Amino acid sequence: MQSNPSLDHKAILEWIHQGASVLDLGCGDGELLDLLVKERHVKAQGIEIDEQAIYQCVAKGLSVFHEDIDHGLSDYADQSFDYVILNQSFQQVKSADLVLKEALRVGRNVIVGFPNFAHYQARLQIFFRGKTPVTPSLPYEWHDTPNLHFLSISDFIEYCRQRNIKLEKAVFVGRRRRIKIFPNLFGLTGIFLISNGETHTID
Amino acid sequence: MSAPSLVSKKIEKVATPGKRLDTETNQGVGVVETKYFHSASPPNELILENGEKLGPVTVAYETYGQLNNQRSNAILILHALSGDAHAAGFHKGDEKPGWWDDMIGPARAFDTDKYFVICSNVLGGCRGTTGPSSVNPRTGKPYGLDFPIISIPDMVNAQKHLIDHLEIDRLLSVAGGSMGGMQALEWLTAHPGRLNSGIVIATATKHSPQQIAFHEVGRQAIMADPLWKDGHYYGGHSPAKGLAVARMIGHITYMSEVSMAEKFGRRLSHNGKPRKFSVDFEVGEYLHNRGDHFVKRFDANSYLYITRAIDSFDASKGKNLHEVFNETKAKVLVLAFKSDWLYPASQSKEIVKACKWAGIDTTYCEIDSTYGHDAFLLEVEEETHLVKHFLQRVMVGNGVTGENRITEYAI
Repeated sequence: MQSNPSLDHKAILEWIHQGASVLDLGCGDGELLDLLVKERHVKAQGIEIDEQAIYQCVAKGLSVFHEDIDHGLSDYADQSFDYVILNQSFQQVKSADLVLKEALRVGRNVIVGFPNFAHYQARLQIFFRGKTPVTPSLPYEWHDTPNLHFLSISDFIEYCRQRNIKLEKAVFVGRRRRIKIFPNLFGLTGIFLISNGETHTID
Repeated sequence: MSAPSLVSKKIEKVATPGKRLDTETNQGVGVVETKYFHSASPPNELILENGEKLGPVTVAYETYGQLNNQRSNAILILHALSGDAHAAGFHKGDEKPGWWDDMIGPARAFDTDKYFVICSNVLGGCRGTTGPSSVNPRTGKPYGLDFPIISIPDMVNAQKHLIDHLEIDRLLSVAGGSMGGMQALEWLTAHPGRLNSGIVIATATKHSPQQIAFHEVGRQAIMADPLWKDGHYYGGHSPAKGLAVARMIGHITYMSEVSMAEKFGRRLSHNGKPRKFSVDFEVGEYLHNRGDHFVKRFDANSYLYITRAIDSFDASKGKNLHEVFNETKAKVLVLAFKSDWLYPASQSKEIVKACKWAGIDTTYCEIDSTYGHDAFLLEVEEETHLVKHFLQRVMVGNGVTGENRITEYAI
């Protein structure tokens, strides 16, 4: 259906190998998983908290659990999936620490995508207008945002370094194209492929 | 990419099972008849889980739609405590359709243009399948309490014989709610090679003490009725009062606080002159009507045997639940309802958890509903959406297409 996947979905698609097993935490209406099934024939499983989104996933032929990812992934053994994806859901969970730790336990690789709070538009709005920023990747007003954590690309990089989480790959996305320079200033969204250090690289 | 319009409805629906959503445009499966499968004649009796033998056994069943050439499009529907083989369509002269008619028929969730749908009455029942009210061949009289204790696995075993008789190697799916869900779990774990998927609705892997307690009160109500006579009441008056009370308790547990408040409020019933302790409230009148209606079509001893089978069921068979799922390759759809306090969503999540551990391809949805346990018969729109797409995927995944030339099945 989606002939032109969004830039962040495209980046994730490039990283995932044929036939991989994928767990998408906060999979929404299943658009990304659907793309991965069609293009990479992945074994897909979604987890989503919103009931209406579940109906849309099922209509796409996806397997999905109606659950809260904040309650953890304790039902999964270590390394159950090739990839665990937290795309645009990482900043919305209550306990980001716990969810990421669990994702890294259950997945051989984890893909995290989140809106960059340090985008220059956000900085300008705070500095000149003194108001909570609204940007293309952070489109909500302060009072109705589903986001609980407001982090920047630099924050996430530092966070991973402190915890010995290996940053394997990263893509930064602007409004119409990928951002190569000063991503923390010009990237609207940061997408990272991370793992628990040590071994595996994919390609 | 707009959301399917699934939220518009809640108010118009009346909590009356069997109400049709599409009567004008879709006539369903039309007029149907119950068929009977006779088997297990001595010396080839059915061996029950407790080692006892039962035979001969009659299984009442109905079928809708047609079996395809590959015999690969069959779906077995599993009924709940008080259900029967008549799941869809109308018996000649009847005004009310089968108990899951909303879900079974052309273009419905279990689409009879695509699938061959089978539903049979459970072992121990009183709606055509052998149970305590059937004649004991040894005495020539109804079994009564001489009928052996039966279990959910025994019910499923009897169904398996029926499926063998219909020459179906592999069911496309098994589906049921409440006790029907327990049978679906038993099929998934005990006969994993005989099915491609299972739909498990508003059920539990085993009853909690609370669930057993409600059943126990129902059983005691029956046994406290002097007309029960240790189960040997056939030929005389049946313990209708006791059975009606048991059914009333059941109905309380099938509804939610909200659905009762919406349906009855504190409105008074206006049946004749008020007497002390007559039925004052509409909710009471409703329960009485349900009870009175129930005793006309249900046998008190069957109620005892079947509730006991439900209470003693344990899908895990004393192991870790995910271990009994190890052989299962089927796809599973688990559904629960938010206001169902009799079979709470937490029990469905136990099933989902075991499926995860066992690596089973599973979908789980907790449907927002105020109808309590009754929701599995009432939330037709949501269930239809989920079941329809799930079955479509199972069918495509197994190379069964809707294009197969369908031939009339004859036994």
